[in-house]
Amino acid sequence: MNAIKSLDDLKKVREEALAKRKLRETSGATQVIVGMGTCGIAAGARETMKAVLEYIETHNLPNIVVTQTGCIGLCEQEPILQVVSSQQEKVTYGKVSPDVAIKIMHEHVEKGEVVKDHVIPSV
Amino acid sequence: MLKEISLHILDIAENSVNAGATRIEILVAEDLRKDELVIKIKDNGRGMDAETVKAITDPFVTSRTTRKVGLGIPFLKMAADACDGSFKITSGVGKGTEITATFRRSHIDRMPLGDIKGTFLTLLIGYPHVNWCFRYRFNDRVFEFDDKQVKSALDGIPLSDPQVLMYLRNSISEGIDKITSQNKSSVFQEMK
Repeated sequence: MNAIKSLDDLKKVREEALAKRKLRETSGATQVIVGMGTCGIAAGARETMKAVLEYIETHNLPNIVVTQTGCIGLCEQEPILQVVSSQQEKVTYGKVSPDVAIKIMHEHVEKGEVVKDHVIPSV
Repeated sequence: MLKEISLHILDIAENSVNAGATRIEILVAEDLRKDELVIKIKDNGRGMDAETVKAITDPFVTSRTTRKVGLGIPFLKMAADACDGSFKITSGVGKGTEITATFRRSHIDRMPLGDIKGTFLTLLIGYPHVNWCFRYRFNDRVFEFDDKQVKSALDGIPLSDPQVLMYLRNSISEGIDKITSQNKSSVFQEMK
């Protein structure tokens, strides 16, 4: 992968991404949401977020939208990460360290298999 | 407790997002001559009335609905006060909020700035609907990253696209490295 150095390069990337997106439009994007309230941050949510972003970058995973959200009232379970895809219902994971985040990215986001050990039930 | 100043920045910026801000400016300024480290977070969110501003450093005042305590701002104020520093908040309903925390840079109790690059990247990717402007000043040198241009060039492609991600991470990282490195001449050469 060539490193992007300028805004022009970025525009090229945009065109490539648009073309790829057309091919994939039927499957839809997967959303990864990281809890980033004071509780999440204190529990290490930024490192979880960084692990997710690094995974996307190193594995060149397209079509994933990463966002963050505030405290959802489950502070004792932080860092919290949610995965939303068109194929499955929303899954909420608790105590997601960077290692767990990598596991979720690999097994759930890439392969569609829920990482059962870390799911918070009934959210 | 948060162990890095950059985690406090992440936390305070989160408040700005929740206040409905569409533009958030963050400044980190290190000045070795003044022995000072200043952080400033300025948003155009809904702001607060004078009474709320007065009470905001009390942990039992919060706008959240999930629990009745808010610790973010009291934590930051405490951290700044502990290092011969100061904490200032100005806000007005409909006018946004500006928070400034100053630390004596060499104070033994000053927590490290920490991973400011990771904090900027996290905010930029995590809240794509916000127009982010990051500034890092080190003595007289300034790095500025405003995401406006990048976003208009991308025109709807998510910031978490792997190649875009790499570009953003490199821009922030190299920009900050350039101004914090001690070798001034190489900075000037690269600017040409």
